[in-house]
Amino acid sequence: MQHGARLVLKIRGLMRPGLESADLDVAAGECVAVSGPSGAGKTLFLRAIVDLDPNQGDVALDDRPRAEMPAPEWRRHVVYVPAEAGWWAERVGEHFSDPAIAAPLVTRLGLPAAALEWEVARLSTGEKQRLALARALVTSPRALLLDEPTSGLDPETAMTVESMLHERAADGIAILIVTHDARQAARLARRQYRMAKGKLAPAGGGAAP
Amino acid sequence: MSVVPLSHVDIGLAAVLLFINAGLSLALRLGLARRLLVAGARMVVQLTLVGLVLKALFQFASPTFTALAALIMVLFAGREAMARQERRFTGFWTYGIGTGSMMAAGIIVTVFGLTTQISPDPWYDPRYAIPILGMILGNTMNGVSLGLDRLVSGAVVQRAAIEAQLMLGATATQAMRGVTRESMRAGLIPTINGMAAAGLVSLPGMMTGQILAGVAPVEAVKYQILIMFLIGGGTGLGLLAAVMAGARRLTDSRHRLRLDRLGAKSSS
Repeated sequence: MQHGARLVLKIRGLMRPGLESADLDVAAGECVAVSGPSGAGKTLFLRAIVDLDPNQGDVALDDRPRAEMPAPEWRRHVVYVPAEAGWWAERVGEHFSDPAIAAPLVTRLGLPAAALEWEVARLSTGEKQRLALARALVTSPRALLLDEPTSGLDPETAMTVESMLHERAADGIAILIVTHDARQAARLARRQYRMAKGKLAPAGGGAAP
Repeated sequence: MSVVPLSHVDIGLAAVLLFINAGLSLALRLGLARRLLVAGARMVVQLTLVGLVLKALFQFASPTFTALAALIMVLFAGREAMARQERRFTGFWTYGIGTGSMMAAGIIVTVFGLTTQISPDPWYDPRYAIPILGMILGNTMNGVSLGLDRLVSGAVVQRAAIEAQLMLGATATQAMRGVTRESMRAGLIPTINGMAAAGLVSLPGMMTGQILAGVAPVEAVKYQILIMFLIGGGTGLGLLAAVMAGARRLTDSRHRLRLDRLGAKSSS
C-alpha cells in the first residue's frame, strides 16, 4: 500500500472453494497487479471480491464493510470487468444508461462515437474489451477490478488503455488488475502479487497485504 | 339425441391405425414401433383405470375423495413437468416449484370456475370438478414445463449477459428480466395459439366430445369458451408463479446467479 494514501479496498481472509484465505489492501490511486498461471484462481479472486459467488471473509470499501451494503450498491462502487464481458442487448448504446456521457470515453479508447450504434454481434474481441471498460468506467467506480483488460488488443491500443488507467488512478480510483503480461504489470502497478494454486502471495516474496 | 355406444370391436378397429403406423416404422426403420405400441398400450390401460376411478368417484360424490383425486392429479402433473426439464433444480425444488405453482393455479381457477360460473350442486361435484381440473392442469403443466425449461436453459446460456448486469449494479430481478420474459412467452404461446386457432384450425376436444355425446353445439361452444378462459387463466397464473419462484431460486439474497443450484443435464 502506498504510504499516506487512503485505503479504498481492504480484503481480509477472503476465501471460497479454489481460493485460499487472501488478504490485500489497495489504496486510493494505487494499482495492484496479480499474475499467475491459468486456472490458479485469479478470476475466482476477483469474482469473490465483487461477491458474484458465495464466499467468506471480510471486504470493505472506504472502511465500510461489504456485508453492510446491498450487493448492487457494492458492485456499483467496486466494478469488475471480466476478460470476456457479457452483453444483454443488441446494440452497444443500449448497455449505457446515458450514451451521450459514454461517447467521450469510447473515443478516448480509440473507437468512434458511432460505435455506440453498432450491433454487439459485429464487435471484435478487442472492441468488446474496450467497450466493456468504458461501460464500467462510466459508472465512476471507487475500485476497478480488471481481468486481462488488454489481452485482445494490439500494443498501441493496449497503451491507450493503460494511459487511461493511469489517469483514472490519478483521479483516486483503486485498481486491481489481473494480467499475464509482466511488462504491463511493471508499467501499471507498484505492487505485484502472484496467485498459484489458489494462494495469493506478494510476487518475489515479502509480506502481504 | 343420445350417445352412440362404442363396442370393443369399434375400438379395436381404430387401434388398427396404430398398428399400421408401427408397421410403417418397422419398414422404414424409424425405430419408433416399440415406443408407439407401448404408448398406445399405456394410454388404453391408464384411461380404462381412470374410467373406473371416475365411475366410483361420481357414485360417492364425496368431497374427501374428490380432494384426494385432485391431489393425486396435481402430484402426477408435478412429476410430469419435472420429467420434461432438461436441467433441474437440486433437492426439493426440482419437484416443488412446478408442483406448488400448478397446485395453486389449478385449485384457484377450478374453484373459481365451479363456484361462480358452472355452479353445480354441490360445487365440488366430481363430475364437474375432476374433468375441469384435469383440463386446467394438463395445460398449466405444459406451460409450466415449457416456461421452467426456458428459464433454466436461458440462465445457463445467458450467464455472461446476466452477470454483466449484476457486475454493474443491477438487482437480480433486473438482471433476470430478459430470461423471465422469454420464459413467460415460451410458456404462454401454446395457450395463445390454442385460443387463436380454436374453431378455425382445430375443434377443441372437449367441445367435440360434448357434441358427440349429444349436447347442442351452441351449448358445447359456450362450455368450450368458458374452459379456454379458465385454461388461459390457470396457465398464466401457474406459469407466473413457477417462473418467479424459479428465478428466485436461481439467484440469492446477495444478487448472485446461482447455477450451482441446478443438477447435471438430464438425458431424458
